[in-house]
Amino acid sequence: MADAAVEARSASKEYGSGDRIVRALRDVSLTIRKGEFFTLLGPSGCGKTTLLRLIAGFEMPTSGTILLGNRDISRMPPYQRPVNTVFQSYALFPHLDVAENVGFGLTMRGQPKAEVERRVARMLALVKLEAFAGRKPQQLSGGQQQRVALARALAPSPEVLLLDEPLSALDLKLRKEMQLELKRLQHETGITFVFVTHDQEEALTMSDRIGVMRDGVILQVGGPREIYNRPVNRFVADFIGETNILAGRTEAGCVRLGSGDLIAVDNLNGAAEGAAVTLAVRPEQVRIGAGPLQGRVSNTVYFGTDTHCHLRMADDTEVVARMQSPPSGDVGLGEGATVAFDFVAGAVRVLED
Amino acid sequence: MARGFSVTSLPGFAAIAITSFVLLYAPILTMVIYSFNASESVALWGGFSLRWYTAAWENTQVQEATIRSLVIAVSAALISTTVATMAALGTTRRGRFKGQTLIYVMINQPLMVPEIVTAVALLIFFAAIKVATGYTGLAYLVLAHSAFCVPFAYLPIRARLEGMDLALETAAADLYATPWQTFRRVTLPLMGPGIAAGAMLAFVISLDDVIITEFVKSAGQDTLPTYMLGQLRRAVTPEVNAISTALLALTVILLTAFFLLTRRRD
Amino acid sequence: MSAPTPSTARTGWILSIPALILLALGASGPLLIVVVYAFLEPGEYSGVVWNFTTEAWFRVFFERDIFDDTVSMADAHLTIFWRSVKLSVLTTLITFAIGFPTAWFIATRPAGQRALWLFLITIPFWTNLLIRTFAIMEVIRNQGLLNTALIGLGVIGEPIQILYTDTAVLIGMAYVYLPLMVLPLYAAIDRFDFRLVEAGYDLYATRWRVLRRVILPIVKPGIVAGSILVFVPSLGAYVTPRILGGGKNMMIGNFIELQFGQGRNWPLGAALSLILLAIVLVALLAYVRVTSSDRQDG
Repeated sequence: MADAAVEARSASKEYGSGDRIVRALRDVSLTIRKGEFFTLLGPSGCGKTTLLRLIAGFEMPTSGTILLGNRDISRMPPYQRPVNTVFQSYALFPHLDVAENVGFGLTMRGQPKAEVERRVARMLALVKLEAFAGRKPQQLSGGQQQRVALARALAPSPEVLLLDEPLSALDLKLRKEMQLELKRLQHETGITFVFVTHDQEEALTMSDRIGVMRDGVILQVGGPREIYNRPVNRFVADFIGETNILAGRTEAGCVRLGSGDLIAVDNLNGAAEGAAVTLAVRPEQVRIGAGPLQGRVSNTVYFGTDTHCHLRMADDTEVVARMQSPPSGDVGLGEGATVAFDFVAGAVRVLED
Repeated sequence: MARGFSVTSLPGFAAIAITSFVLLYAPILTMVIYSFNASESVALWGGFSLRWYTAAWENTQVQEATIRSLVIAVSAALISTTVATMAALGTTRRGRFKGQTLIYVMINQPLMVPEIVTAVALLIFFAAIKVATGYTGLAYLVLAHSAFCVPFAYLPIRARLEGMDLALETAAADLYATPWQTFRRVTLPLMGPGIAAGAMLAFVISLDDVIITEFVKSAGQDTLPTYMLGQLRRAVTPEVNAISTALLALTVILLTAFFLLTRRRD
Repeated sequence: MSAPTPSTARTGWILSIPALILLALGASGPLLIVVVYAFLEPGEYSGVVWNFTTEAWFRVFFERDIFDDTVSMADAHLTIFWRSVKLSVLTTLITFAIGFPTAWFIATRPAGQRALWLFLITIPFWTNLLIRTFAIMEVIRNQGLLNTALIGLGVIGEPIQILYTDTAVLIGMAYVYLPLMVLPLYAAIDRFDFRLVEAGYDLYATRWRVLRRVILPIVKPGIVAGSILVFVPSLGAYVTPRILGGGKNMMIGNFIELQFGQGRNWPLGAALSLILLAIVLVALLAYVRVTSSDRQDG
């Protein structure tokens, strides 16, 4: 594959030995394309950071290979890999000033001093920190430290930039700012970004493609829209955004719900006639007011722009509908009222378990 | 309730604390003041004078003992800090390994075994070697001092290392630094204050030692403390006051430097 | 997440070897020779004769009459042991009684002041033991500060003989070892969460009860550490009893020295050293047990 930046082939990583073996990564195969913003998304302990560390070279795979371009780098020490990392804790050298931090990689590579200075100046301009070159990292704010870490990792022009939850230490407002900043930097440098996060919203807004992980396995790889709209299984559906999960049984190409209602689905996903299936519907795909389904309003929760309405169907299955709050703020659905509702056509997904 | 209620105050504690500070410093201050006493007597004040400092300064025994103390303390500090730095690098931040507890126990042994017992052990050991080799030089004292200084040098270095973020060295490796470059450019500079603090503690500990030196030294190898001990056995002279005050001043200076070094870590 | 691998263990050992060699030569190895010497016969003037015997251990507790070979308890030895233990326990109690309020006081100062107070405790801690013993001797001498002041105030007519008594040794040890009690107590109290005291008061506890039921149990590891740090060197004290106790009021440390000086019975001295070491190790083990069980309790 010519346009692969990084490739993992059946990569596994195990810690410990004997009875207390921990399998952090199980037989993972993945291709990350050149120039894309790829996000590894999953809950803590899913193996996303381990995969990142295998690419960086801080750990060696127990089995399988890691390729960079077309070279096998599985056993190459980190200081020989043209890959740089932005650490979660930033890991800025406290005894060096900002310029020395940014120039560290270039100096280690034996670049002449003038070239290092020129490049450091360019990188500091890129992250808008020209005025702070002489400061020590501990004299900077969290957001500024974050930028130094970025500049330092980008300075040696790596083939791939690895980012290990770099925004998790920032407050919400700064995080939003840095998300845009990261997108801009990726756009300007054209470098492949591999980004690790447990924040699904961050993943959706920033990524070209997302790999969702759990228990050391990649469950689904795809663009944000695909992941959101066509989750392959219940975990992905649940982890990315909010989802209504409904149980049912296939019947004549449709699905009979627990409440007794029969609903149409686009694709049965190969489920046999009469088989039990799990359905997923996003709350914004539930339309209240008309339709064949009925529910009793158990609760309405006001979120500002949106209002969530919790409905209970005949078999007590709960369905959440998300609607835009009207100007008055009151959707006019009293608790206990019975309302008709429907799912938007094509919005109901049959999940693998 | 006039003074209000404070959760951190307990009745009488402040008074006891202040008293204990007074009790701690009164004897030391008395000693310092009387070292400047012009009178021959250690009890009567005869006006300000530096005569005892001059006397001590011109006393060849004191001069020799001082130089000997400094030679031993500097050597012991250098040796113990070097081996302690290596040991600290070997025993921290690499996960527990087999035999680590044994290494800890060995390193901290001088802190656990009463000094008099170590002194006796060294006396027996070195007496045998002295008979066998005929060598009676300073090396025995340097070896003994270096050994008991190891834990004092080791502890601050280890504390410093444990407080260091492992990600810093990972970051260096990520930025193309070879293991040796990582050690030279990142680990060692960051360890610096810990190493300096350890060396300083080792120096002070060696300089202060009485018991082990008293047992290990050959004839004519008095250090400043053993010289003073010998003087105390006879009549107390104000000259000892002067030497003590000078040593005290040195300790205070070194300690201040130590505090400044260890406090700057943030 | 770095799991131990064979190579980290090997590097760990290799880096530790210089320190281990130094300590083997200057501390551990000689200690093993002491064990051997404790089972040999004393030489005529000093040193040993290489014959195996347990006579030294026997001599620790009993003495044999030179003429009729009758055996009796070695009262002089037992007196010295008893004095050492008694003075060490008393020293520990006194330093705790003074040290706990002092440590509390330091730990409850405003953050900016705390370092200064701590520094004031640390200076005596690092000041030569000999100098401090010497300083306290100047105070308690017959013509010293204390007696002069008391006579001047008319409290006493003649100087009280304190120097060269057990009291002098006790005062001296409490004085020189006080910082060893204060520092670990301070460390424990400094970590102490004062909201727990608030909770105690909130739940109707009196000051005394808060101290006894909340504070003391939580800072217990610090109390145990301080007590060990004072008790162990007190028991092995040499300089302080030698200077303040004079020739008569010996403690184990001085008695051991005697066996290598005028008394010249090296095996007996070796056996005494090992007994002292054993008592200290028992105290240290007790300390380890107390602190590790505390950690399990949470």
